[in-house]
Amino acid sequence: MSPKSTKTGPSARRTGPTLAIDWTACDGRGLCAELLPELIKRDDWGFPLIADDAVPAHLLAFAERAVDVCPTLALRLGR
Amino acid sequence: MIAAEDRFKTAAAATPLIGGSTAAQLSLDAHLAEHGSLPTLSARDVVQFAKWAGLTGHGGAGFPLWRKLDAVARSRGRAVVVGNGAEGEPASGKDQWLLTHRPHLVLDGLQLAAQAVGGSDVFLYANELLPLRQLSRVIAERDRAQMDSRSVEVVAAPDAFISGEESSVVSHLSGAVALPRFKQPPVFERGVRGRPTLVSNVETLAHLALIARHGPDWFRRRGTSEQPGTMLFTVTGAVANPGVVEAPHGARLADVIDLAGGATSRLQAVLIGGYHGAWLSPDVAARARVSAADLAPVGASPGAGVVVALGEHACGLMESSRVLGYLAREAAGQCGPCLNGLPRIAELSHALVTRAANPAAVAELHRVAGLIERRGACHHPDGSVRFLRSALRVFCAELELHHRGRCSRTTDDAVLPTPRRSVRDLPRTGS
Repeated sequence: MSPKSTKTGPSARRTGPTLAIDWTACDGRGLCAELLPELIKRDDWGFPLIADDAVPAHLLAFAERAVDVCPTLALRLGR
Repeated sequence: MIAAEDRFKTAAAATPLIGGSTAAQLSLDAHLAEHGSLPTLSARDVVQFAKWAGLTGHGGAGFPLWRKLDAVARSRGRAVVVGNGAEGEPASGKDQWLLTHRPHLVLDGLQLAAQAVGGSDVFLYANELLPLRQLSRVIAERDRAQMDSRSVEVVAAPDAFISGEESSVVSHLSGAVALPRFKQPPVFERGVRGRPTLVSNVETLAHLALIARHGPDWFRRRGTSEQPGTMLFTVTGAVANPGVVEAPHGARLADVIDLAGGATSRLQAVLIGGYHGAWLSPDVAARARVSAADLAPVGASPGAGVVVALGEHACGLMESSRVLGYLAREAAGQCGPCLNGLPRIAELSHALVTRAANPAAVAELHRVAGLIERRGACHHPDGSVRFLRSALRVFCAELELHHRGRCSRTTDDAVLPTPRRSVRDLPRTGS
């Protein structure tokens, strides 16, 4: 077992890919929230608030598009 | 790290790291006379010993060392090994004590860890305020004795709250500013200059040096079955002999306070785990035992062993508000929610202390806290929120007092140190 497996351990409910943000890169431009309002809201300062759960299959294409257009390459789709 | 070393006298007890005498063991002779020489172990032995001993990290997170060793050893590429003595926590002095009193135990452990992961580059990352020349002389004596297979480079860690965070350490040693980074891929895979990297707290390494000598079973004689061994505590505040003490995991918090001479007044609260830790009310503190499992139900953890006793002459709200201001200043300023949220929290908590505390302000604090939790590259927002929430819970009676325009404080002395220099003042050049 590696250290990484425990970090993701508590999220055993997740089955599909999840959205992650490199917070050091995110500037809060908000494109992701516009493209994927079902999963991404914005906080008091405009930064994305994302659901912890796995991205549902029917939204996967939209999630991928949001990742592609993020101007600071901060949004990631991971395991 | 605290600046005045003489505040940190140590309590002598039957304790493996401190031993029978608190005197510094700076010379190799003194070290070998006390602990004997390091037995020869294979890389596999070191990992197995750490595993059987159940040694967990002493930097704050309490992660099992053997899993880090194993993960770095399995990653591709020549590994880098770092002994972490940055100790940015202002109320902590135990790493300072180790590096100035038991440096050979730390260096023994660093060699063992390097051997376990096949590390070729080995660093001792130590707080810049420490006598680093003395550390280099200690290393030079070991080099002359040809006792180590790997040379160790001492690197000065900026004296800032987050410079000891694992990815900050990696950034600094890679030639960048000592600030955290996004940890995908993880440091054990891609750390210093893209190489697999082990970052381990200096106390963890010192325990490893003793485990190599006496074996895992010896280590398990102290502590709990889940968290064996002892740990160092830095006990300050309203105690008779503030300083560094050693006690087994699972010890009663009251006994740890007694090791530092005992409380000098009625206690209003006890802070455990530092500024990313939690306040405990007097009745919870009186019953508490110090291990990760024992403290989890009360929303606390031993962290790096910081214990601050808040006496009757202080105001917990004012202390907490001042620390929240410090934590906001010490934010790296890289992640939006933390950059915006921590100053907001500091402002709101300051208002709670200075103006009429109303329930809406407390609710707003909880809401903003929820906005920054788990939304940063490092643990800083989460730890700060834990500290805040515990303060709001434990000092609710004090909040009532403030609401009526009163306050418990009867002296001007600050209990919790909050150095003024900000992490954002760090020089922007690499190491």
